[in-house]
Amino acid sequence: MTHTFYIAMSYGIAALISLCLIAWVWLDGRARSRELAELEASGIRRRSTPKPEGEKA
Amino acid sequence: MPQTAVLTKLTDLANPTRFLSLAARILPWMAGITAILFAIGLYLSFAGEGDYQQGMTVRIMYVHVPAAWLSMMCYSVMAASAIGTLVWRHPLADVSHKAAAPLGAAFTLIALATGSLWGKPMWGTWWVWDARLTSVFVLFLMYLGLIALNRAMDDPGKAARVSSVLILVGFVNIPIIKFSVDWWNTLHQPASVIRMGGSTIDSTFLWPLLIMAIAFTMLFFTLHVAAMRNEIWRRRVSAQRRMAARMAGQKTDNTAEKGA
Repeated sequence: MTHTFYIAMSYGIAALISLCLIAWVWLDGRARSRELAELEASGIRRRSTPKPEGEKA
Repeated sequence: MPQTAVLTKLTDLANPTRFLSLAARILPWMAGITAILFAIGLYLSFAGEGDYQQGMTVRIMYVHVPAAWLSMMCYSVMAASAIGTLVWRHPLADVSHKAAAPLGAAFTLIALATGSLWGKPMWGTWWVWDARLTSVFVLFLMYLGLIALNRAMDDPGKAARVSSVLILVGFVNIPIIKFSVDWWNTLHQPASVIRMGGSTIDSTFLWPLLIMAIAFTMLFFTLHVAAMRNEIWRRRVSAQRRMAARMAGQKTDNTAEKGA
């Protein structure tokens, strides 16, 4: 195996792990954000969240 | 007065809603700066000449060393957050160490894998159980243990306290990793950048290394802020689902009372 193989493998592995990490954080964020939006749409809100205009007493 | 202003700012940040608003503002900038730094760092890494002894394999240093630094820095951030959890009960401290553990595990894995790939052509072996390599491997196992512990407990408060104690106990491994090459006779070389008497690396190699180190550090902080934001959202989803279940339960009770 040439030195080029070791260099390419090192950069490849570092890139693969970093990209997996970025994808995981991004997909996790997207999923949680969607869940929160679904809960809000079904009327489940945190007490501190301001109510929409139509629902104000 | 300035001290009071700083304290007020820190207290403001303890509010998860303020943190979310700050994260939304700074994340695009952090991601952009990280991408630019990586572009410059990678260009310099591949534009430079090889070392007179190691040849082109010196390029492995530009990913191995920053990942190894980050594996220790991430644990230090977790230790500071653990103190924040146990001493000040800061609402974001346990969110911080829970979000940092998978990042630390990933950077430690990069350091171990690239170190092994550098070791084979330079030392003639993929792995030796010397003090530096073994202590970094122990750090990797500690990260995995902390991730498992956090996932095994349903109560985030209890998980945070138990993890914090474990993180602080495990922090003893960080100085062991740093000074292992001085305390024991290891195959791994001694420190050549952060050492008394200054760096022993030629500036041709030092600049790409420092820029790659800053790029990796920015990547860590960008992902850490994003992962903390995700964790806050996860807890809100869980709290809102509990609230929805309570509301549904109350409605059922009222209907049953009216029917009786």
